Amino acid sequence: MSIQPVHFYQTGTFTVGNRLLAPEERSVQANMQRTNSLNSGHRACQGCGEALGARYAIDAAMNAARGRLIAANATGCLEVFSTPYPETSWQIPWIHSLFGNTAAVASGIAAAIKVKRQKGQADDVRVVAQGGDGGTTDIGFGCLSGMFERNDDVLYICYDNGGYMNTGVQRSSATPPAARTATTMPVGPEPGNVFGQGKFVPAIAMAHEIPYVATATVADLRDLENKVTKAMGMRGARYIHILVPCPLGWGAASHDTIRLARLAKETGIFPVFEAEHGDVTGVLKIRRPQPVEEYLKLQKRYAHLFGKKPAVETIARLQALADKNIRKYGLLDREAN
Amino acid sequence: MLKQTEGSHAVAEAVALCRPEVICAYPISPQTHIVEGLGEMVKAGEIANCEFINVESEFAAMSVSIGSSAAGARTYTATASQGLLFMVEAVYNASGLGLPIVMTVANRAIGAPINIWNDHSDSLSQRDCGWIQLFAETNQEALDLHIQAFKLAEEVSLPVMVCMDGFILTHAYERVDVPTQEQVDAFLPPYEPRQVLDPREPVSIGAMVGPEAFAEVRYLAHAKQMQALERIPQMAEQFKAIFGRDSGGLTHSYLTEDAETIVVAMGSVLGTIKDTVDEMRSEGTRIGVLGITSYRPFPLDNVRAELKRAHRVVVLEKSLAVGIGGILSTDVRMAVSGLGLRGHTVVAGLGGRAITRRSLRELFSKGVRGELGHLTFLDLDWNVVNKQLERERTKRRSGPAAESMLRDVGVIAARIG
Repeated sequence: MSIQPVHFYQTGTFTVGNRLLAPEERSVQANMQRTNSLNSGHRACQGCGEALGARYAIDAAMNAARGRLIAANATGCLEVFSTPYPETSWQIPWIHSLFGNTAAVASGIAAAIKVKRQKGQADDVRVVAQGGDGGTTDIGFGCLSGMFERNDDVLYICYDNGGYMNTGVQRSSATPPAARTATTMPVGPEPGNVFGQGKFVPAIAMAHEIPYVATATVADLRDLENKVTKAMGMRGARYIHILVPCPLGWGAASHDTIRLARLAKETGIFPVFEAEHGDVTGVLKIRRPQPVEEYLKLQKRYAHLFGKKPAVETIARLQALADKNIRKYGLLDREAN
Repeated sequence: MLKQTEGSHAVAEAVALCRPEVICAYPISPQTHIVEGLGEMVKAGEIANCEFINVESEFAAMSVSIGSSAAGARTYTATASQGLLFMVEAVYNASGLGLPIVMTVANRAIGAPINIWNDHSDSLSQRDCGWIQLFAETNQEALDLHIQAFKLAEEVSLPVMVCMDGFILTHAYERVDVPTQEQVDAFLPPYEPRQVLDPREPVSIGAMVGPEAFAEVRYLAHAKQMQALERIPQMAEQFKAIFGRDSGGLTHSYLTEDAETIVVAMGSVLGTIKDTVDEMRSEGTRIGVLGITSYRPFPLDNVRAELKRAHRVVVLEKSLAVGIGGILSTDVRMAVSGLGLRGHTVVAGLGGRAITRRSLRELFSKGVRGELGHLTFLDLDWNVVNKQLERERTKRRSGPAAESMLRDVGVIAARIG
């Protein structure tokens, strides 16, 4: 007979559904009355970070909007795995239009709601838009920037798994340097994705000085819920960028999704912070600093860096990117450690 | 109320009378005056409960329209030319989702070479996109068709393009009869959507459909256009009862009953054609005109019924299907297949080239005499074309064709004639 280890959680951590917390401090997911906005039975891969992130984010948004929420969804994994006809996992009003127009569709919904409220024909219904990194940082970027610039009353959530996973793992502008994708193969003198200038859309969102910008990962789900709740308490254009590991595209074990998300944050590769009107107002500090190798070596998309002759120089360049994030966002707090 | 006003302004007033709830605007000539007018009316509070959104592209204009229409708002936008092409993916999406958006297309040529003047290349490029397309002959009809368009769109849950000739109509000052709010309210009921994003009754819109049902969903779009084919003439009757004017319908015929030769065309050029036909009639030529108002759905039966007594049909169109000839004429030939009519395609007025009565007179006379070929380019300057062909024959790096031909033409400023 195998032994089932029992964990005892402490108050004050971000552990989901902490039973030692006061009821009002418990997570949305711990609530039996949660909406299950993205219901069970969908067709996401085992260990899908996006499905996890979307469930927590949209349930938190539904909770904040007291059940009056409409979602616009970009083409991509989330759209495909949640709605093969005639089934749908969505328990909320939901529309998919195209790959690159989700922010604009959401702007239209928000405009319609505004008019209907003026006419006394509708309640205060809130709007979220959501898409992957391809639908957000690449093809949907024009519409996203337009929505930001007009400060339309929309919360846009990007689930960033660093590539076009739905079409078979191709490179997007959110694919990290050196990573293998189907269009950045680990061949030639500089294997994997190029070290470009990077395109970190949270920083671009901040440059629009919109009311709220935040990043999050699926390793800190209480933090994610809190950020969604905070964003829903505000009006105007808001943006949350969630790092969601993809077992398929990253070549990682399904059970490593949370661990990878945590390592992305703990190494500094992915800075977790929030900003209001263009200024950083808070960061999630690194608790146990880790070298980037710990994050990289769990993923086959970086396997070419760890062959017989490790690509020391490339790993050092990736470490330098993480270190830059740590400096820029002040991710290390020595006193807290 | 009778007014002397610009076509664009007449359309803006018509749209305002339809009580729109969301209007999206992105500037492109020659539709700008329409949305400028509407923007001013919304800002001044003359249109109550309406959101006017300045978007960042035509793709966004149609996408915002999709969102607002799906959320139950009566939605309007306008575009032309490159703008229509830039929004094409969303144009197909709006019709596929069955959203009754109304959009003015101020018809304009498509580049390259870039050209801001009128022809029908833009909306005709979208003939299979699933939108209803209505073509206005005059500014009065443009105004009237917008009012009918909202009713038609909302009844059959399909989007409608109202096509009006850029500059020739949009920028022309003419007398129009602007209806009263009471008349429009009596004709156009408030929008009651078939599907709406509503938290009280959550639905998923735009889900993936596989081979098991895709054809059926697409057939439904065709069936709805066939419904529109029946509704359009009825709607013109209802319109006449309230507004006292003949406007809209599927086709307009002029002196076709005993005509041996019938000219088929769309849009404002019908006026010039009718003047030419009048002249030729006075000299005893049995010639008539068939104007197509509803290009999609295409009224195959009406066109066949109108043309079956004639011997010859000349389709004069402001569009070119490169590699075959006509776009409209392909549809007309399908309508008359098996009738044994002699058919001629005439491509005219591309990029705003003036279609003059003199040229038409010469063209139709040739047609009546049986001297017209299968495909004619009206008033084509063969010298310029042949010179360029010769240049390309003799020199590999002959350079950009448009620029060379423009140099050969030798004019500095644009000229329509």
